[in-house]
Amino acid sequence: MRWIRKHLLGLEELSAEEITAILDTADAFSEVSRRPRKKVPTLQGKVVVNLFFEPSTRTRTSFGLAARRMSADVIDITRAMSSIQKGETLIDTARNIEAMGIDIVVIRHSAPGAPHLLAKVMDASIVNAGDGCHEHPTQALLDIYTIRQKKGRVEGLTVAIVGDIGHSRAARSTIWGLKKLGARVIVVGPSTLIPKHITRMGVEVCYHFDDILHELDVINLLRVQRERLESSPFPSTREYARLFGMNTARMAKSKDDVMIMAPGPINRGVEITPDVADGKHSVILEQVTNGLAVRMAVLYLVSGKQPDKLKVR
Amino acid sequence: MSTLLIKGGRVICPAQDMDRTADVLADDGKIAEVGKLGGVKADRTIDAKGLLVTPGLIDIHVHLREPGYEEEETIASGAAAAIAGGFTTVCCMPNTEPPIDSEASAEFVVLQGKRAGLCNVYPIGAITTGRRGAELSEIGSLRRGRAVAFSDDGDCVMNADVMRSALQYARMFDKPIIDHCEDKNLSSGGVMHGGYVSMVLGLGGIPAASEDVIVSRDIILAEMTGSLLHIAHVSTAGAVEMVRVAKAKGISVTAEATAHHLVLTDECIRTFDPNFKMNPPLRTAEDVEALRRGLLDGTIDAIVSDHAPHSIEKKQVEFSFAPFGVIGLESTLGVLATELVADGLLDWPQFIRLMTVNPARIMRLPKGTLCPGADADITIIDPEKEWVIDVDEFKSKARNCPFNGRKVKGKAVGAIVRGDVKMSPRDR
Repeated sequence: MRWIRKHLLGLEELSAEEITAILDTADAFSEVSRRPRKKVPTLQGKVVVNLFFEPSTRTRTSFGLAARRMSADVIDITRAMSSIQKGETLIDTARNIEAMGIDIVVIRHSAPGAPHLLAKVMDASIVNAGDGCHEHPTQALLDIYTIRQKKGRVEGLTVAIVGDIGHSRAARSTIWGLKKLGARVIVVGPSTLIPKHITRMGVEVCYHFDDILHELDVINLLRVQRERLESSPFPSTREYARLFGMNTARMAKSKDDVMIMAPGPINRGVEITPDVADGKHSVILEQVTNGLAVRMAVLYLVSGKQPDKLKVR
Repeated sequence: MSTLLIKGGRVICPAQDMDRTADVLADDGKIAEVGKLGGVKADRTIDAKGLLVTPGLIDIHVHLREPGYEEEETIASGAAAAIAGGFTTVCCMPNTEPPIDSEASAEFVVLQGKRAGLCNVYPIGAITTGRRGAELSEIGSLRRGRAVAFSDDGDCVMNADVMRSALQYARMFDKPIIDHCEDKNLSSGGVMHGGYVSMVLGLGGIPAASEDVIVSRDIILAEMTGSLLHIAHVSTAGAVEMVRVAKAKGISVTAEATAHHLVLTDECIRTFDPNFKMNPPLRTAEDVEALRRGLLDGTIDAIVSDHAPHSIEKKQVEFSFAPFGVIGLESTLGVLATELVADGLLDWPQFIRLMTVNPARIMRLPKGTLCPGADADITIIDPEKEWVIDVDEFKSKARNCPFNGRKVKGKAVGAIVRGDVKMSPRDR
């Protein structure tokens, strides 16, 4: 296929072919990370700006490293150092950065649609690194990449996404991606955190985690984001862990080859117990490794290069 | 004393069930005669052949921002927008700075309207002091200052006991309480309709229930007090149904709907364009359908713009951070003539009724009719005129119109206020 998108704003608008093209491109890049000299000249002369208005360690580092491994110049702008603090609007910040001659903006922002606003006012390519509770496409892509890598396929698998679905941008992106690739998706969590209309996205809803464990090929455990919760959607983290936490007892009821994922950072003892997080079914750290390859693929494609022209030398 | 003759138009006056080709004569600011006036000579004559001649359109829900936010709109610029849109009378909501909660502030609005010298401008007074929802404002003094209704628009009176008192007290003056229905606990954090689209976009939802809960509460209070309750900008199917039931029970409740709620849905917000952000928010296609049925069966009495100007810089931001509100004085007639009349839902007399005699009755204004003796407020409409809504041609200071770029059919081409021609078909 021919890649025509200038931006990556979300997975809702991507086709299965486009998602597969990104995953295949990531496959080619994953080898770079295993070399002693982890660098290719692919994006030499390009400038990537990491514009992060929310705190982030792994996503920002991952994008920065991905860009540097392709020899791009990288500028990091965080909320604390930006002129937003001085009352500058997002559009003015964007235009000023653009005036310096940049090619790709990676943006993380608390407001849904902030990347879409930039895409309207800038000539640069925009990559969404998380916009409010809307989408987090590269997190979803690296999750799906990891599933495909470990299971050999995505189609036909049963995947549970467990936790605060309502406030999770990663969950939304992951649902779009998995459904497009033909997986069965079940969302699991307290009824206060599962949006009423979620089934229209093509997923099933389950409030009783134990009932479905035996069916699951993949379990993706979202972090309990207490900081995002305004009211109290569940009585206590203790009760949450009892009803929805992954632990040894639940592992025993699961398939032998079940795969445990978490986008991180994890709350040990809440959504996942340490023995599960560090156990042989867990792919949590491989997700982080794969994040690099996926983000290299995304930066490569939005910069206007074609999937089939890729030669990683 | 000057006379004005409007010749040969299709005269539509729903107050008198009139719809026929006729001439209209105004003398000294009043309607003198409607009929075949072949031999009559007037100081000024307007040829209205092929045009509609209606009572001056009335918009009972606008925000003209003065005093306090003159950079967004003034009473003069808002009145100019009203005239351009075919409205000869507007009623201004009191959420200004300071709010219209005293006789002097109400008189200021009247005075600025007179100074502008364009359309009739009536103030709506605040229900509570400072629009804080606690103590009743001096409703009697506001009435002396020419306030024609009372509302804390935008800030729903959350205390049911305060609302009950307001309804009981306003009864003395035979003027309605206008109710922005929103349970602020249920809508907290919301920026758009709470439903499938808000879920997909990750934007905070304002559930239909936040409107319905207050509509139901205040209908019960209106029944209890026997006072006039007017439900502002109805946006949900549930609210339409409750008003319908209340009217059937004989409760003195009326309701209005905006052009945007009658035409647009929450799907528009997929663009993240803040010009689709207003409160109450755009709802679903089912709600739009229910509102239209409400217009048809008389549940909804009036069409309003809820003209809410915001400066460009306030709207050119992330959707979540933009203020609520869109402008509509210059787009409402064209959009709804296209959506409701050209599409066959309403005929012209039904449509004109919603913007003339009905809103006049809600506000107890002696307007909205071409009966001899009435104020000569007249709107002239070209029903065939096709045009594209272009915010850059607006008289309003603001540009935040959700219908910008839309192709519509039907345009106000003339506006006469108390016999004075403010816009003439010849200016076309």
